[in-house]
Amino acid sequence: MLGVGVIGGASALLVVVSRNVVHAALYLVVTLLSVAGTFLLLGAEFLAWAQVLVYVGAVVVLILFGLMLTRAPIGPMPQESEVGKWYALVPSGGLFAVLAYLTYSAFGTTRIDLQIVRTSALAEHLYIVWAFPFMVLGFFLTVALIGAIVIARREEGEGPLPPEDDALHEPTFTDATSSPHRRASAGVPEEVRP
Amino acid sequence: MNAALPLIFAALLFCVGVYGVLSRRNAVLVLMSVELMLAAVTINLVTFGAIAPLVEREHVGQIFALFVLAIGAAEVGIGLAIVLLLYRNRASINIDDADLMKY
Repeated sequence: MLGVGVIGGASALLVVVSRNVVHAALYLVVTLLSVAGTFLLLGAEFLAWAQVLVYVGAVVVLILFGLMLTRAPIGPMPQESEVGKWYALVPSGGLFAVLAYLTYSAFGTTRIDLQIVRTSALAEHLYIVWAFPFMVLGFFLTVALIGAIVIARREEGEGPLPPEDDALHEPTFTDATSSPHRRASAGVPEEVRP
Repeated sequence: MNAALPLIFAALLFCVGVYGVLSRRNAVLVLMSVELMLAAVTINLVTFGAIAPLVEREHVGQIFALFVLAIGAAEVGIGLAIVLLLYRNRASINIDDADLMKY
């Protein structure tokens, strides 16, 4: 458990401090695998493999696709504010100190009686006791996926907003190509031509 | 096994996630930090489910962790759709650029 925790904690730290976004996504894989290892050590077999399938298999691939589609700066990121980093360290470090102290003082002597939960036992509870919440969860997932498609779909007349506050002062323009900024940039080559 | 070990690991993951959300400006990295926080919550649920006495266990912790897993997957889908929309409209995924509703 200690080894899994050390590996997971170290790779989690690398996720948030790494300058390269793709490296951060790959460190996230290591962190989520160590979380799955923790589940295995706690006797939650099915949950561990579900974690590997859903997170390592789907979520990280989705994040990598997101990075690809947004053409994010794959290389080292531009300089982020140094001051903000130190300000962010205060609440997170303080929260960790408080949480670790409280956890240790409350559960420092509690032992876990390990019990391997068979998938069939889990399924009996899930489909009998928790059947209705499970169906609501399925409905929720469907709504979320349809919503994601609707949000990400390209709509008519959608495009990059012109820079500055043109969007606020010009509520009438509907097509991005008719904005003054675009017209100006498109007109430049004709003026340059001899 | 001592129950404090996985709980402190979960606390570490959660606080690293909080740090990432507060300090990083890349929207996709913020989503990854939120994933770390969700993972910490699932570890906590499973651990507290395993602390209960053997005869009283109903596997509620693991079932709730399963629910959190599904909700996390839905959250990543919606979040990435929003990030794609942000990129298409502002040509940037820096969350400091998304300040149209600030004033």
